[in-house]
Amino acid sequence: MQNRRTFLKAAVLSASIAAIGGLSSSAWAADTIKVGVLHSLSGTMAISETALKETALMTIEEINAKGGVLGKKLEPVVVDPASDWPKFAEKARQLLSQDKVAVTFGCWTSVSRKSVLPVYKELNGLLFYPVQYEGEELEKNVFYTGAAPNQQAIPAVEYLMSKEGGSAKRFVLLGTDYVYPRTTNKILRAFLKSKGVAEADIIEEYTPFGHSDYQTIIAKIKKFAGEGKKTAVISTINGDSNVPFYKELGNAGLKAKDVPVVAFSVGEEELRGVDAKPLVGHLAAWNYFMSVKNPENDKFIKMYRDWAKKAKLPKADTVVTNDPMEATYVGIHMWAQAVEKAKSTDTDKVIAAMAGQTFKAPSGFTLKMDETNHHLHKPVFIGEIKADGQFNTVWKTKGPVRAQPWSPFIPGNEGKQKL
Amino acid sequence: MKRLLLLISLLLCVGRASAALEPVVLQGLASDDFDGKQAAVAALSAAGDDADAQRLLKALSEDAVAVAGGRLVIVAGEQVLDPASGAPIKPAPASPESISLNNSLRQQVDGALAAARLLSADRAERLTAARALLADMGEGAALLPLFDKALAREQDGEIKPILVQLAAQAALGSPDVARRLQAVRDLAGSGSPAVKALLLPLLDPANEPEEKLRLEAGTAIKAIDARLAWSDTAGQIFTGISLGSILLLAALGLAITYGVMGVINMAHGELLMVGAYSAYTMQALFRAKFPEFVDYYLLAAVPVAFFVAAAVGMLMERTVIRHLYGRPLETLLATWGLSLVLIQAARLLFGAQNVEVANPVWMSGGVQLAENLSLPWNRLIIVAFSGFVLLLVWLMMNKTRLGMFVRAVTQNRPMAGCVGVPTARIDTLAFGIGSGIAGLGGVALSQIANVGPDMGQGYIVDSFMVVVLGGVGQLAGAVWAALGLGVVTKFLEGWAGAVIAKILVLVFIIIFIQKRPQGLFALKGRFVD
Repeated sequence: MQNRRTFLKAAVLSASIAAIGGLSSSAWAADTIKVGVLHSLSGTMAISETALKETALMTIEEINAKGGVLGKKLEPVVVDPASDWPKFAEKARQLLSQDKVAVTFGCWTSVSRKSVLPVYKELNGLLFYPVQYEGEELEKNVFYTGAAPNQQAIPAVEYLMSKEGGSAKRFVLLGTDYVYPRTTNKILRAFLKSKGVAEADIIEEYTPFGHSDYQTIIAKIKKFAGEGKKTAVISTINGDSNVPFYKELGNAGLKAKDVPVVAFSVGEEELRGVDAKPLVGHLAAWNYFMSVKNPENDKFIKMYRDWAKKAKLPKADTVVTNDPMEATYVGIHMWAQAVEKAKSTDTDKVIAAMAGQTFKAPSGFTLKMDETNHHLHKPVFIGEIKADGQFNTVWKTKGPVRAQPWSPFIPGNEGKQKL
Repeated sequence: MKRLLLLISLLLCVGRASAALEPVVLQGLASDDFDGKQAAVAALSAAGDDADAQRLLKALSEDAVAVAGGRLVIVAGEQVLDPASGAPIKPAPASPESISLNNSLRQQVDGALAAARLLSADRAERLTAARALLADMGEGAALLPLFDKALAREQDGEIKPILVQLAAQAALGSPDVARRLQAVRDLAGSGSPAVKALLLPLLDPANEPEEKLRLEAGTAIKAIDARLAWSDTAGQIFTGISLGSILLLAALGLAITYGVMGVINMAHGELLMVGAYSAYTMQALFRAKFPEFVDYYLLAAVPVAFFVAAAVGMLMERTVIRHLYGRPLETLLATWGLSLVLIQAARLLFGAQNVEVANPVWMSGGVQLAENLSLPWNRLIIVAFSGFVLLLVWLMMNKTRLGMFVRAVTQNRPMAGCVGVPTARIDTLAFGIGSGIAGLGGVALSQIANVGPDMGQGYIVDSFMVVVLGGVGQLAGAVWAALGLGVVTKFLEGWAGAVIAKILVLVFIIIFIQKRPQGLFALKGRFVD
């Protein structure tokens, strides 16, 4: 183990020396394949994204331990765009044109993905995006290993409307003010309308990034819920705002059995910073939970725990795994498989080889990269928060579901359903 | 839910099912599908106060029921019990896997437990059961006979009104007109939005044929509406005051360093951050060294944060700011540089990620003032704390020798120097006190917001806003400005949403400062720049 770390360090060091010295190809650089990791390690999104960087490094080490890809070791290049969206584009350009990475694993918020897209298109790079998102996008240079709306948001709302989920009749759509919550809520509004929910029974609320005072919103939810029909809250709040939101929710005594809150961006990692006891019963919808029981998952959790200890992460004894981490893990492995199949790291050849790749994922299912639409077929789980911050799966699909990146509930998408 | 309640009541009145724990019920609970579990819970609920069924329901509500070795068991600590008899199973089967209830099943289980306890001999048990039913149940027409029975027996002054409410809610669907009328009258005293929702359908002739009842329901709804409107407004004002108290705590230190001393301190936000990290460090220290007193770490954090932030502030003043007095532009740039240094220092010391600062137990939860108005403890305590800090600052500035010196130096430095006031030392001390107060603000912020290296950046604009709006050099101005901004922001948020409210407040301040650059309260008299 120690050897490999020394080797990695040496590799990074020599690569940086090479970069500084302006040498275009040294003997070392030719022996490795550079892999970019583009996640915010500071700022409002660091709460979620730091763990993805760790997962990426862990997976790269795992692949290197098995001999690397095409006989070469992978060499991670980590950059910190600091939750600053324009900086994502700068760092992406640096990764592609300066570090010449073969592939990038990165981004969490949709606004950061939208910010780097032009760079990847212009320089024909390859980006693996590991987080659930709003859909309405299909780029040749991107593989989406997170969920599309029909693999997360729509099933979650269907569950809330079912007898099992409490037959909710009114909905509060609550989100951070940017493209993902706005688009998801647009889709959900259209979906609810198609299910016969009246306009008057839906309210939408947005807060800025990093918002920390949720008193007014909680009061509004209470009032709205007090008007009679069973109410549910659908939260697309992202980043560290979730901590004050859930704290306020707990202190205001809004219980899950009265007004359940289902979140699309809150997982095990985000709940580490909160006392989960007042939140018991609130929900989240994902394609993976740490509490899922199967041998692949046991292996994954153990691998990450060992990694946390070795990398001396803060509070290494309580680290958790979550859905975007799983998606990162699956994405890196699939990319490695595709490179082996294509026998090249060339962007176009890898894209062609990605179609139909399969991988036995920690969620317990064998996931397949769709032949045409760059999205994974994924199972859907709905879980209730337990007092220890884990999720208790209360509903799941029988098997993986094919992604519909173009939501059928948005007008104008009718012709794109084959994708 | 309704059908279930009907079932419960039927069985409660007609007779007791004896064999509640038939294998089919147990199997249903162990099954994986929702309908099976629901049927099993319904059967258990229907068993009334059958001891075995009660035990199993209780275990279910405590998440103590598990499947082990293909059979249903109750896990009680080390022991594994047989659900049918309650006797320990020996040898205990290996690796029991707990069965999970979702929200709606848990609600059913809790409802059934509460209904059975309504007739319990223990007063406390009856009271919690009645409260739980009131909080949980809508109409529950089927439980009416049970409520009537409980009401007839009940003597307790606290439980009885709750039972009256419960019975009234259940009686709204009664075929007896007089009974319905009485129920509507009973409910008119309620302040609960849920009751209003129950009464609303009665306004429609299609649901309620009796004209008299419709009128009565209308009056009842009006009475409830009035109460709701009152508690709504009270709630909004409270959230405004709470935000105002936070703004005040954030700005009070700045009111001294900028307001009184005239230093444009861009690193003020970072002094808040220093205070918040002091709270975090104390929490970590208490967790490691005195785990039994961990709930009181905040009390220790208050002085620590004050002195740490004051020390940082005095160091800043001695090394950088002192050389720049009278040069506001350079001060601005230099302190901005200092703020970056402090942020980076926090990143190096504590990492770039936010750290977790937990509310102590005594700051969690809230006080329920009305059905739709509960005030969280952490916010109440912060309001009180900001009042306390304000009082300290006022006393310090107006009643102590140091405060007199500070005022003397800032009003007329050469004259103060002439009469022997050590002006340089007073500057350092005043800046230290201002910084220390910012540290106290940081402790308060750590209880409601995220603690991270760049948390201060979010408060620097707000702090300057408060001080400038209030009028430079005036503590009273800062107080009024903070409370005013807090209440206005909250009303705007309620009306237009958080994003628009933020914009509107900034636009308002720009216009205000243009019309009245001296702020709300201008310092009058012999102020010497």
